[in-house]
Parts: sequence; C-alpha cells; structure tokens
Amino acid sequence: MALEMLSPALILLLAAALIGVLKGHARTAVVLVAPLLTLWAVWQIPDGVQGTVKFLSYYIEPVEGGPLRRLFATVFAIMVFVGGLYAYRVARWYELAAAFAYAAGAVGVCFAGDLITLFLYWELMALFSTIIVWCGGTPAARAAGIRYAIMHLLGGVVLKVGIEGVVVGTGSIQIQPMLATDFSTWMILIGILINAAAPPVSAWLADAYPESSPTGSVFLSAFTTKTAVLALILLFPGEPVLVGVGLFMVMYGIIYALLENDARRILAYSIVNQVGFMVCAVGIGTQMALNGAAAHAFAHIIYKALLFMSAGVVIYRTGKSKCTELGGLFRTMPLTTACGIIGALAISSFPLTSGFTTKSMISQAAVDENLVWVYMLLTAASAGVFLHAGIKFPWFVFFQRDSGLRPKDAPWNMGLAMILFAGLCILLGVFPELLYPLLPYPVDYVPYTAGKVLFYLQLLLFSGLAFFVLLPLMKRTETISLDTDWLWRRAATALIGLVERLLQFLGEFVARGRVRLQRFSQRIAVRYLGQPHTADREERGVFARSWPIGTTALWIAGLLSAYVLLYYL
Amino acid sequence: MANQDEPLHWLVRPATIRKLWIGFGIVLAAVVLAQAVVYIKGYFGVDAWFGFGAVYGFVCCLLMVLVAKLLGLVLKRSQDYYDEPDEDTGHGQDAGQNVSSTEEPRNGA
Repeated sequence: MALEMLSPALILLLAAALIGVLKGHARTAVVLVAPLLTLWAVWQIPDGVQGTVKFLSYYIEPVEGGPLRRLFATVFAIMVFVGGLYAYRVARWYELAAAFAYAAGAVGVCFAGDLITLFLYWELMALFSTIIVWCGGTPAARAAGIRYAIMHLLGGVVLKVGIEGVVVGTGSIQIQPMLATDFSTWMILIGILINAAAPPVSAWLADAYPESSPTGSVFLSAFTTKTAVLALILLFPGEPVLVGVGLFMVMYGIIYALLENDARRILAYSIVNQVGFMVCAVGIGTQMALNGAAAHAFAHIIYKALLFMSAGVVIYRTGKSKCTELGGLFRTMPLTTACGIIGALAISSFPLTSGFTTKSMISQAAVDENLVWVYMLLTAASAGVFLHAGIKFPWFVFFQRDSGLRPKDAPWNMGLAMILFAGLCILLGVFPELLYPLLPYPVDYVPYTAGKVLFYLQLLLFSGLAFFVLLPLMKRTETISLDTDWLWRRAATALIGLVERLLQFLGEFVARGRVRLQRFSQRIAVRYLGQPHTADREERGVFARSWPIGTTALWIAGLLSAYVLLYYL
Repeated sequence: MANQDEPLHWLVRPATIRKLWIGFGIVLAAVVLAQAVVYIKGYFGVDAWFGFGAVYGFVCCLLMVLVAKLLGLVLKRSQDYYDEPDEDTGHGQDAGQNVSSTEEPRNGA
C-alpha cells in the first residue's frame, strides 16, 4: 500500500497507543508532537482521491483531499494540540489516550473518500468519546456515558442502515451530495443529525458533556458535532429540511441555556445553538452559506474549547460548576476571566472576534437568498447568544455576587492553552483574510463595513442592556430542565413499571381464580366421591356410598328401557 | 476563602458600578446616535430604520427571557430529579469533584 493512502488519523491513533505505553516526559512529548505531525500530514494531502483499495467487492478510498476536508482536519489537529497542552498534567493517561483516538476518528472522517471509511471512523469517535465521558469518574458520569453510548450506537445503526440502502440502491459508496428523498437517504441524514445534536434528541449533548472531567469536556466540545456538520456539508448541501432543523436548534439552545444553572451545561446548550447556525447554513446551501458553515465551524471549535477551558479551570480549582455556588472569581483568576470573556465575546460574534467574521457570512447567505424570516431569526439568535453565553456565562461564573471563593488562577499549561486560543479568536477576528482562502469556495465577502459593525453593536449592546435589566428574572435556581430525554429516562421506565404492575395484577387474578377453582373442584369431588373409608354412610360422597341392591336394579332397568327406546326411535 | 475585613474590590464598589452604568449608558446612546452619521444598509426595509438593531436586540432578548421563564414553569425540576433513590452513594452531583487540586502534576512533567 502506498504511503499517500495512509490517513493522518493514523498518526493520532498511534499516538493514542503510545500514550498508554509511555510515561513521564516521553508521554508528554507524544501528546504535544503528534498533533503537530498530524497538522503537517494534513497539509501534505493533495486534492482528490489518493488511491483505492479493494475490500470485498467495494473500492475503498481511505484518503481523499480537498479544501473543505483540509479545513476541518486543520482545526481538529490544532484542537488536539492545544487540548493536549491544556490537559496533559491533569488528565489521566487513559483520558488522554481516548481523546487522541477520538480525534483520530474525527480527522479520519475528514479525509474519508467513501461511506464505508466514513462509517468506520464515525464509530471510532462514538467509542472513544464514550470513554471520555466515563473518565468523569462519578456515578453520574457512568450513567450519562451509558446513555451517550446508547444514543450514538443507535445513531450509528441508523447511519449504517442508510449507507447500505444507498449502496444497494445506487451501487456506489462514493461520498457525494444527495437530498433526503427516499428511506435510505433519510436514514443517513438522521444518523448524521443525531451526532449534530439535532431535535428531538439534542438532550444527549447537555446530558453527557458536563459530566466529563474538566479536561474531557474540552475535547468533547470540539469533534462530534463539527464532524457531523462536515458530513452534512459533504452529503446534504442545500437540503431544505436543514434550514428548519437549524433554526429550531438555535432557539432551543438559547432557551435551555437561559434556564440552566450548571456553567458547563450552559456551554453545552450553546453548542447546540451554534451548530444550529451551521446546520441552517448547510440547508441554505449556496457557496456563501457553505463557506459560512465551514468558517463558523472553524471559529466555533476554537472559542467553544476556550470557554470550556475557562470553565474547566474553575471546576478544577473549586470543584464547583453551579452558577449558584460560583461568583466573584475575577478577583483571583484574572487570566481565566479574561480568556473566558474573550471566548464569550467571540461566540457572541462581537466585532474584532472570530465569531463576527465567520457567523455573519451565514446571515449574509440568508440575505442573498432573500430569506427574510431566516435572516430575522438568525439575527434574533445572535442577540440571544450574547444573552445566554456572551454575558450569562462570564457574569454568573466570574462576577455577580462574591461567593467567597478565592481559588488560584490556572496552572501555566492551562493558562498557555487558553492564551493560544484567545489569541486565535482575536487574530481571526482582526485578520479574517487568514481564514478565507482556506474555505471551500472563493470568498467574496467584506465582513467589516461601518454599517454592519454599527448594526451588530446596536444589537449586541442592547441585548446586554436587556440582560442587566432582566437580571431579577434570571435568578439562578438549583434546578435542571426537562428535555426529550425525559421520555426514555422517566416516561419509559414509568411505562415499564406500569406494565409490570398490570401483569402482576393479572397474575394475581389468575392465581386467585386457580385457587378458587381448585377449592371448588375439591368440594365437588369430596361431595360425590370423597371419604369412602368412613363408617358412617351419610358422610361419604354421593358415589362412594353403599346403595341398596334394589336401587341398582332399578337404575339398570331404567337405563335398559331408555336404550331400547332410543334404539327403536 | 474570603476574609471578612477584606476591603471591597474596586470593581464591585457601588461608586464604580454607578460609573460603569453611566459609561454603558453613554455607549448605548452613542451607538444609536451614530446611525445619524453611519449608513446602515437595510436588506429588507425595516432593518434600515433608525435604531432598529437596538430595539430588535432588546425586544428579542425580552421575549426570549420571558419564553424561557414560562417554559421554566413547566420544565424545571429539582436537580436530583433523575437521581436513583436506591443508588449507593453520592449521586455524583458535582461532575468535577473527583478532581481535587491536590492531585495536580500527575506525570511529573
């Protein structure tokens, strides 16, 4: 097999194995060097299919290059490097190894040239991301990990059904644009959307990610949903259903994040919100929209990881993650606060941050297609993002009241990782021309015009005003919010309990009836046949008594006459 | 832990907060008034109106908070709602508690 047919994912997979074997500085070296090697390898892959291998009767294309694939693989590799830097002193070796194998899955999907390869790497991600959730180490993490695994394995089965249907129907395993028109394409779409945390199963994300360790959630935030976005861009560009799905996700994320008390769960809901922007863009499907989705995914991975890093430092230092228990941390954690705020500004697409230069492309795509309602809802959502993530997260974690906590600031490696990503957020915001040439289509878009900047400043600053005016309405309560997962966590178990009780009742009813029938037949038996041994003739059963011979003769005579009568009739 | 006689951080003194509000108010007024000078290109008519962004942002946030509040009445449950009553210990309420700051450098790097 030629060297160019080896996916860069294999470097990360090898690194994952080495992390398990090595110790100390050698392991650290692997954690830090392998992602950079991967990044180098990603940029060595030319456009197009790099050769085929025959497997059964299929021609597998393990590596296919292209600008879109390279873009996603690049940000994944950067993510592994900075995530590794952030995590390596705190995370257990098996969490690091799982994170690298998980990232290998994501990079593998980026370069998968056919549906079978894509599916393999897809399942690799499901497997190792589950392990990262379990690395949270608490009973809650174990339970959430099981729910996460069930959801993703189910999604994998749905995707597999769809892929097989497409292969049988078209005879091709090529990754090519399609529309959800028949059963198998719908199955593929649903399988991908489950990973994108689309409704009605968005709940898995906010259920599982916040249960992982402070370092684990940084990795989890980056790969699964964004790989799903890449798969959507590759397979379903312009699928009209996605516009509605995306808009729903955008609003869902905002509302649930507003209700939430746990800092990392707020961020988890805002992943759904942000992925909603991308899904909506894929649904619009023009070159501008797909560029926007790709650019937004790139920027999003960086600022969302940054936000999870700052939340992770807080949890690592204080052991607390609830808004009701935190507050006032800016006094002793200036670096974490500053980086958290930069991440929050970027996610709110404030001018001069990466969110502004990428997310506004999606709005522009809606404008170009004359989709008034989509544009208006996306604009409202931009205001909502500032509300639920841009201010709410930093405000409740680092400011609000003084919780009395005086934790130390981030350890140096975590701080450095945050500074790197915060720097990238601003760099891409100030110099968007660094990112635009990497996008799949030629970019004809000017992010900074005075009017646009002013419009967004009005929108965002008045959202900020709304936050502080409505602060009394947003008092944190020690609650969780029900989601569709209530159906299988509560309703399903309640239903099973109900059926169980019903069957139990039925069983008791049958048992009681049986006992009654037994008693009844015993009584009958005793009455007619019973107790032949007693001396007293009257106590014996009817047929067990001794009857006079005359009675017998009479009966026989009667029976014979009846027989004769019947014979002649 | 916070010291009782620790002086208030300058950022949370009432005087500073008042100044911050005044500053914020000025910025808010400025971004609206700037529309007199800077032309905002409206795509659908209404979004070119004077102060549209400001009003739209504020009203949308108001609506979202109110909708969230109303949904919260239906959806909110106590945070141990899903905890199994017969589960042995802990219920793992705090995801991060397993990582204490004493276990900091693990692999000696």
